[in-house]
Amino acid sequence: MPEAAEQIVATDIKMTARDVKVHYGEKMALKGVDLDFRTNEVTALIGPSGCGKSTFLRCLNRMNDTIGIARVTGQVTLDGDGLYGPGGIDPVLLRMRVGMVFQKPNPFPKSIYDNVAFGPRIHGLYRDNDHLDQIVTHALEKAGLWHEVKDRLYEKGTGISGGQQQRLCIARAIAVSPEVILMDEPCSALDPIATAKVEELIDELRENFTIVIVTHSMQQAARVSQRTAFFHLGDVIEVGDTEQIFTAPTQQLTQGYITGRFG
Amino acid sequence: MPTIGDQHIVKSYDDELKLLHDALARMAGLTEVQLAAAIEALDKRDSDIATKVMNEDPKVDECEHFINEQTVRLLALRAPVADDLRMVISTLKAAGDIERIADHAANAAKRSLVLNQMPPVAPMRSLVRMGRLVAELLNEVLDAFLAHDAERALAVRSRDQEVDDLYSSLFREILTYMMEDPRTITACSHLMFIAKNIERVGDHATNIAEMTYFISTGRALGGQRPKRDTSSFEDGSSPA
Repeated sequence: MPEAAEQIVATDIKMTARDVKVHYGEKMALKGVDLDFRTNEVTALIGPSGCGKSTFLRCLNRMNDTIGIARVTGQVTLDGDGLYGPGGIDPVLLRMRVGMVFQKPNPFPKSIYDNVAFGPRIHGLYRDNDHLDQIVTHALEKAGLWHEVKDRLYEKGTGISGGQQQRLCIARAIAVSPEVILMDEPCSALDPIATAKVEELIDELRENFTIVIVTHSMQQAARVSQRTAFFHLGDVIEVGDTEQIFTAPTQQLTQGYITGRFG
Repeated sequence: MPTIGDQHIVKSYDDELKLLHDALARMAGLTEVQLAAAIEALDKRDSDIATKVMNEDPKVDECEHFINEQTVRLLALRAPVADDLRMVISTLKAAGDIERIADHAANAAKRSLVLNQMPPVAPMRSLVRMGRLVAELLNEVLDAFLAHDAERALAVRSRDQEVDDLYSSLFREILTYMMEDPRTITACSHLMFIAKNIERVGDHATNIAEMTYFISTGRALGGQRPKRDTSSFEDGSSPA
């Protein structure tokens, strides 16, 4: 939405997408998306299944590169630098700056410590083992998991509860100090208490990161985000402040979807 | 009930919203009848009608209780958003205004019983004229609210000035009448209070108009509505 883009002061913008189209083979999954993501804000992407919101999220750290038949066109920038095309940011570096948390908790079959230390190790982000300990502790603290796992850091990451596993994945994502965190339905496999903890965490993480979250729970979008974008059939139908979207959406499609009158 | 788009996927949600809407429609209908009857009681000096108005008031209160409970239930169980949320909240607030309107009608009826024990006073004709105007505006605004028709509601809102003008001139008329014949002071004092009751109904109708606008647009009406009730400046020294 160009008109939405104009309202934002340029310095506040962490990432932008302009006319982003994605084809899976012949099928057009995204029809030209324009969106801006502001620094230290949570943006929620909502919409029915198959609307393209996850596809779009994956464009933000070049995850679609790994899908052979996917073709991405248009422009995505991070701090003004293009992600795609010649001179685009190196995908390995990009994924350090733009982290991702998935729908199902997917800790590596390693210890809790090694899960969090994985990113700093492959990117060489630590001076010595003490420093790595610090990074791991800090990330687990930030993810609100430290007190629950501090005495079992060398147990398997897959052995803790689902909610803890998801927070472990968040700790793993933030251990490399990313600038943006993408979350693809991070709570859909969690119970309400674990969900509340992750939502509280998202709110705290906002101070240091820019967050984009795909969620099927409208109430979750309302609770955690400052901006909401509604996707439908590969288009962004409406984007606005979350409060406005949930009290007075301007588009009938948005209204139909969030009130449960879609059909 | 006009809804944007299709019905809710969860049909029982539609049913519950309809219950709320229907309760307000019933409350509105009852209150229109109450106000019209109170004015008729004043006009015809009919104590039977006045008594009936007083006895019927609890029915309006019952409607309000139901609306309060239904609103809490909907908010707790359905977490309405967007136009559903606006409809639920506005209905709750409108119910509060309508309940006050019915109270004013009952108060007017109660005072008319006292007035019927005294000789008629001339300013009653102006009072009834103002009452009929307010009753007309009330019917109009309640129809607009139930139909979510902002344009119609705004037209009513702008006409509240007519009520204020009538009230100001009625105030002067009653003052003059009392000064000319102090034996009418008791009756005219009651008339004064009834006039205030009816003028307040106009203000509540204005609130309902503003809520209609909110339902339709999602925006609150900004700016003060110009007030032309000048009775508060009246000192009685220069009768018109």
